[in-house]
Amino acid sequence: MEETRDVLLIRCPWCGPRDEIEFRYGGQAHVTYPADPETLSDEAWADYLFLRDNPRGPFHERWMHAAGCRRWFNAVRDTATHAFLTTYRYDEEPPEPSDVAPRPEGVG
Amino acid sequence: MTARRLPTGGAWIDRSRPVSFSFDGVPLTGFAGDTVASALLANDVDVVGRSPIEGRPRGVFSAGIEEPNAFVEVSAPWFEPITAATTVDLVDGLVVESRPGVGRLSPEPHGTRPVAHRHRHVEVLVVGAGPAGTAAAIQAAAHAGRVLLVERRQLPGAPELADAGLLEPQIGTTALGLYDDGYVVLHQRGQLETIWHVRAERVILATGAYERPLAFPDNDRPGVMLASAARTYVEAFGVLPGERVVLFTTNHTGYEAASALVAAGAELVAIADTARGGSATDAARAGGTDVRSGWVVAGTSGEERVTAVNLLGPAGEQEVVEADLLLVAGGWDPALQLYRGIGGGLRYDEGIAAFVPDGTGPPWLDVVGAAAGDGLPACTPSWDVPGDDARKYVELQRDQTVADVAKAVARGLRSVEHVKRATYIGTTIDQGRTSGVLTAGITNRLLGWQPDAQGPSNARPPAFPVPFAALAGLDGGPLLDPIRTTPIHPWHVTAGAVFEDVGQWKRPRFYPRSGETMDEAVARECRALRTAAGVLDASTLGKIEVVGPDAGGFLDRMYTNRMSSLPVGTIRYGLMLGLDGMVVDDGVAMRLADDRFLVTTTTGGAAMVLDRFEEWLQTEWPGMRVYCTSVTEQWAVVAVGGPLARDLLAAAGTDLDLTNEAFPFMTLRRGSVAGAPAHVCRVSFTGELSFEVHVPATFGRHVWDAIVAAGTPLGLAPYGTEAMHVLRAEKGFVIVGQDTDGTATPDDLGMGWIVNTGKGDFIGKRSLVRPDTVRPDRKQLVGLLPHEPGLVLPEGTQLVAGTDLAPPVPMLGHVTSSYASAALGRSFALAMVRRGRDLRGSTLVAVVDGRAVPVDVTDPVFVDPEGERRDG
Repeated sequence: MEETRDVLLIRCPWCGPRDEIEFRYGGQAHVTYPADPETLSDEAWADYLFLRDNPRGPFHERWMHAAGCRRWFNAVRDTATHAFLTTYRYDEEPPEPSDVAPRPEGVG
Repeated sequence: MTARRLPTGGAWIDRSRPVSFSFDGVPLTGFAGDTVASALLANDVDVVGRSPIEGRPRGVFSAGIEEPNAFVEVSAPWFEPITAATTVDLVDGLVVESRPGVGRLSPEPHGTRPVAHRHRHVEVLVVGAGPAGTAAAIQAAAHAGRVLLVERRQLPGAPELADAGLLEPQIGTTALGLYDDGYVVLHQRGQLETIWHVRAERVILATGAYERPLAFPDNDRPGVMLASAARTYVEAFGVLPGERVVLFTTNHTGYEAASALVAAGAELVAIADTARGGSATDAARAGGTDVRSGWVVAGTSGEERVTAVNLLGPAGEQEVVEADLLLVAGGWDPALQLYRGIGGGLRYDEGIAAFVPDGTGPPWLDVVGAAAGDGLPACTPSWDVPGDDARKYVELQRDQTVADVAKAVARGLRSVEHVKRATYIGTTIDQGRTSGVLTAGITNRLLGWQPDAQGPSNARPPAFPVPFAALAGLDGGPLLDPIRTTPIHPWHVTAGAVFEDVGQWKRPRFYPRSGETMDEAVARECRALRTAAGVLDASTLGKIEVVGPDAGGFLDRMYTNRMSSLPVGTIRYGLMLGLDGMVVDDGVAMRLADDRFLVTTTTGGAAMVLDRFEEWLQTEWPGMRVYCTSVTEQWAVVAVGGPLARDLLAAAGTDLDLTNEAFPFMTLRRGSVAGAPAHVCRVSFTGELSFEVHVPATFGRHVWDAIVAAGTPLGLAPYGTEAMHVLRAEKGFVIVGQDTDGTATPDDLGMGWIVNTGKGDFIGKRSLVRPDTVRPDRKQLVGLLPHEPGLVLPEGTQLVAGTDLAPPVPMLGHVTSSYASAALGRSFALAMVRRGRDLRGSTLVAVVDGRAVPVDVTDPVFVDPEGERRDG
């Protein structure tokens, strides 16, 4: 995992640092598709479907290298400064909070 | 004669190179290095334009991009709808016209200058090559790698730059905006216009300061000019803008400007200084100048140019002096448009009565020199003087006065941002460079607040107007977007097809014969298909090969029905839903082998569907052994339909048994068609017997030609997308994206039958039982038959219950597809209507141009509801 402070240069875990225009945003990361949606209450399903965090500060996000390797990966980005604090492969665990910047409550 | 070219002087002009231009049709001359503004002054043109609202005469007010008065259209040798005369460099053959306030687009495509977009990575970018910028660039070059200095004006660089180790400085270059991470967009004027995309590790703004005007009655008359601008015209352009000069000043720089004019031969009639004495005052008085300390200018007179100035003393004394030029020196405002556009904040500096950077803003940005307030003169804070508020202009370009600001404040607006939006002050081409601080000062005063309470309204990129043509660069005309054509395209062109854009594809819309209207051509094409045969180029259909041991299980999760149970050689229609249960695409899956499917998508949805496949495979089901490959362009598709389709295909030559027994509906067979290897599919989007012939793209044209040749004796007609739309609508087949808008479930479309709830989970399944998706009053797909059979309802027409159209009228639904049908001999429509299925058999009202047109609500299938025609 490589720590970065870039804003418009995004470090694809597979291709390295590339211009932001090559990438597509994919919303909050680590929101997993429920194993058995039919067992969920309407409220729990609506929560999965519609509700996402919206913190000021570091935020775990999905990104896709659309005009490159077309792989999805995750990033921690500061929503106040737009700085990418780190990027990591989809199959990697999210970085510990101490590995990036202090996170506000309820993020990730 | 009041303004004139001086016999000598003018640092920026080249007197050996005369330049011819025209203004409002009058041929004039200037010199290389002139701007249009300096050349107009040299030719004694007082009135450059009329103000846009009140039609008052206006002249050159400034010498830079802060110009609020003198706007022109450039029509040759390039076109620019509106720009400040102070920023247009004079070139031979330049044609400009007065253009007050609002620009206009050329009625014809016009010749823009060639444009290049260039990218640069530098360690340091310095914006502004004045003394502070030059010093900063030289200092940076001693420590950093690549240092780029840019300057808006066409100035030769300072000599000491030559050996400083900088990149070549770029002149005539304006910074349009600063963005995250040191990304800066620049616009360079010249024979080749260039948009620079600069990525800088550090940005230094040395953008200088703008002189501020003062608000006094009739301060908009030609002959009223910023003091520093008059000095620039004398020293840089060798132009004396007036002979008899009055100065109205709040600080010592006004005196310096007046001295420069006196040195060039002007007579300084009087100085009104808001301050009570000082060293500049003493020096001027010692030189014999009439300096009135504590006096102000209370008005001007003249027709199209100042002829006299009214002076007002501290005790109410009044005096009128004859003059043809009134210099205004209200103080200096740091040029912080770029700094504020990236989030930099301001603080008020009392000493210079101006707003300066407060130290916030991104860490990679520095502001130096006058832009940071350094070296700006001490100044008494003065905004306006006593007198008629309605004649004291704050925003010259919008004809907005102190009275307009007062009216906004009286309505309860306190923030300058609100005052801006109520008065349009600062929404101008110059973005309020001369009006912003004045408006803030007057607003603060009216509210009884201190001058530091609030500064000027915010600025945002572009900091200076830039032609759209420059931003577009080469991304125009045929290069705007890729154009996709099928292998059969040249045939359509030869046949005289009228094309329509479907995504990036060019598709034949219809094939008019000579003299035929579109409606006639479409009716003929539809009749041919229903009575004999038609052929459609369906090559644009999205095609994705889904391959791997888990391909069937994967498609089960992506579509509403079960694909894994398809026997090899069969086809199934499917709907793709979003997680919210709404229909996003449709298509068929063909099983080519146990581990291989060919999935078709809508023409416009192909990329989205592939994205979706890849996303779910990568992010949620990485263990599934599935590979997806777009093969849209690898296959040409010729769709043959109609009662004679079977005979026709046989005549074209095929080794396939085309009988219903050997080749039933929703199956595919591999064989040869007209000698080409083919997959032939029994699917139908028209309700008629149909064969979709898929051949490798290189055979597409050959197979098309063979089918057309074989079919023409049978009455075959090629048909386009318009006939296809009519034919499918007659059968009630929806087009995703036309009849749906992202809010329709399969059940809303009457397609609940295609949802297999027994097969396990699929995308969107859980949402189909959310309380909102099972509401009984959802909009549902129905058919409509207008009582006026000749009337084709406009798509989007609203449907209501009764003929009383007095608002409020509850909207029950809207028309999604609407055509004249050759088969029905009348018009018909598809619509999404609240509780639509329950309303079948009843009459609603369509509102067409405010008129109530009764429509019968019907089943959406109009032709062959029993499906008897499908097998021929």
